[in-house]
Amino acid sequence: MSGSIWAQIWALARRSIVRTIRQPASIVFPLIFPMLLLLVNSGGLDASTELPGFPTDSFLAFALAVPFIQGALFSTMNAGTDLAKDIQTGFLNRLSLTSMRGVALIAGQLAGVVVLGLVQAGFYIVVGLLVGVDFASGALGILALFGFAAVISISFGALGAFLALRTGSGEAIQGLFPLLFVFLFLSSMNTPRDLIGVDWFRFVATANPVSYLIECVRSLIITGWNGDALALGFGFAVLIGIVSITLATVSLKGRLLRT
Amino acid sequence: MSETNTIEVEQLVREFKKGPRAVDGIDLHVDAGEIYGFLGPNGAGKSTTVLMLTTLLPPTSGSARVGGYDVVADGPKVRASIGAALQEAALDPMLTGRDHLRLQTTLQCIARAERKPRSNELLERVGLSEAADRKVGGYSGGMKRRLDLALALVHRPRLLFLDEPTTGLDPQSRSALWVEVARLAREEGVTVFLTTQYLEEADVLADRVGIIDHGHIVAEGTPAALKAEIGLPSVHALPTEEGDRARLAEVLAQFGEPLGDGAKDIAVRLREGVSGLPAVVRALDAADVRLAHLEIQAPSLDDVFLAKTGRSLEGAGEGESDAVEPAA
Repeated sequence: MSGSIWAQIWALARRSIVRTIRQPASIVFPLIFPMLLLLVNSGGLDASTELPGFPTDSFLAFALAVPFIQGALFSTMNAGTDLAKDIQTGFLNRLSLTSMRGVALIAGQLAGVVVLGLVQAGFYIVVGLLVGVDFASGALGILALFGFAAVISISFGALGAFLALRTGSGEAIQGLFPLLFVFLFLSSMNTPRDLIGVDWFRFVATANPVSYLIECVRSLIITGWNGDALALGFGFAVLIGIVSITLATVSLKGRLLRT
Repeated sequence: MSETNTIEVEQLVREFKKGPRAVDGIDLHVDAGEIYGFLGPNGAGKSTTVLMLTTLLPPTSGSARVGGYDVVADGPKVRASIGAALQEAALDPMLTGRDHLRLQTTLQCIARAERKPRSNELLERVGLSEAADRKVGGYSGGMKRRLDLALALVHRPRLLFLDEPTTGLDPQSRSALWVEVARLAREEGVTVFLTTQYLEEADVLADRVGIIDHGHIVAEGTPAALKAEIGLPSVHALPTEEGDRARLAEVLAQFGEPLGDGAKDIAVRLREGVSGLPAVVRALDAADVRLAHLEIQAPSLDDVFLAKTGRSLEGAGEGESDAVEPAA
């Protein structure tokens, strides 16, 4: 017999990808819903571009950053509900009886989420190009967007895995999903932070890490290479990832009671 | 300790928070190549025992060695020695049968070159070759159970744990699974630990049976030996007229010890054995009690359970009666 951690990760990643592909709803919804929201917002808030200091004259280009984060939030829910299903149906027990290593389970699960995250990012970028958005950071910037999509998919996917391992309930994760959306709405998703007129809202948006994730993507689309925005965006994404993966790993140990 | 195909359990206990002891100090010994039937009603402690023996649940106290390894200290070695099909066939409805085997062979560290042939061999053996590329969500209960068994056998385990493997299956699927389990034990020397609620299953398959109730093993032995302990057959009768129940009970009581209460029929353990039946029929005729049903039953594992616990086991008596109907 032979085997490696990489073979285990690949086998579990393959399963995660296959399972996602065979449930079209889990692909289509994260693609369509953010686009609908983008259309509604850019139609209703286009006049914002006339505010003095607004960084672009295209609200569509400004708002295109938001679907990337919404997609990552869907990653949280998908990764979480899939793992919760495994717990509820006893599939995790089946895996526990094999020589599977815990790290392979989390990494395999996240690999599937990353693939979905990259598909989503590709779709949003193509839609952006089709509606005439000019990516200020060019082809390399688009590559950076794919990289960022992968990082936030891992970070939010690990958060979903943590919630699943902690609660063992798909319903609980779906219940938490709207709460995650609150973070999105309390960010700079619709207005640059320095143009937010309400003090408390500007304070919350500044304290909200989601603002920096959005601004990282936004900088690549509308302003070009902005070191501060990239450092803050990638920095928060990695930080969320480290915290989520740590929490998921600890919770997995508690969930896998095997001796 | 060297590898064996045995299971040895001493004073095994599992307590849950705010609950009673699910398993309360059981002792067990299962020999290599033996099929051991673990029989008991729902909630008796069967599945908890299996979870402990398969390393998925740490015992509160006591010890267990499976395949020569301690279930607490040598969890990975135990898992490498055993195959298990737990109570629910935990399968991913979005994957095909072949996908499941591909995943299982990889996670069980089967050499890459051997994975495909081993999967095909197992699919063939459990009769799923044609359905191998269909999603499991469309499988019947029997097909899921057979796939579950194939997955448990991927790494050629020396011991096999089957937790209620035929619950909910139709008779044909059930007997097909029995044939395969018996073959594994007889031809490949696999030790099988099988929990079941079905008396017939334990009777047909098991070399030895342990009966568990409220976390305690209340009887253990070969099915024949356990039934021989009870010894005498019982007669079960149902009157045509409901008003005759008391008179029927009175007549039957002359011929043996009454059995249970609350059942639809009235039953006594025949003091004289089968030879006492003609006298029973004559007495009922003389008392003018007309019967809708009369049946004589050889001692069953349910009788063993009844004798040891004072209660009847769910799903009792299948295939163990010789009915005489209608009578008197």
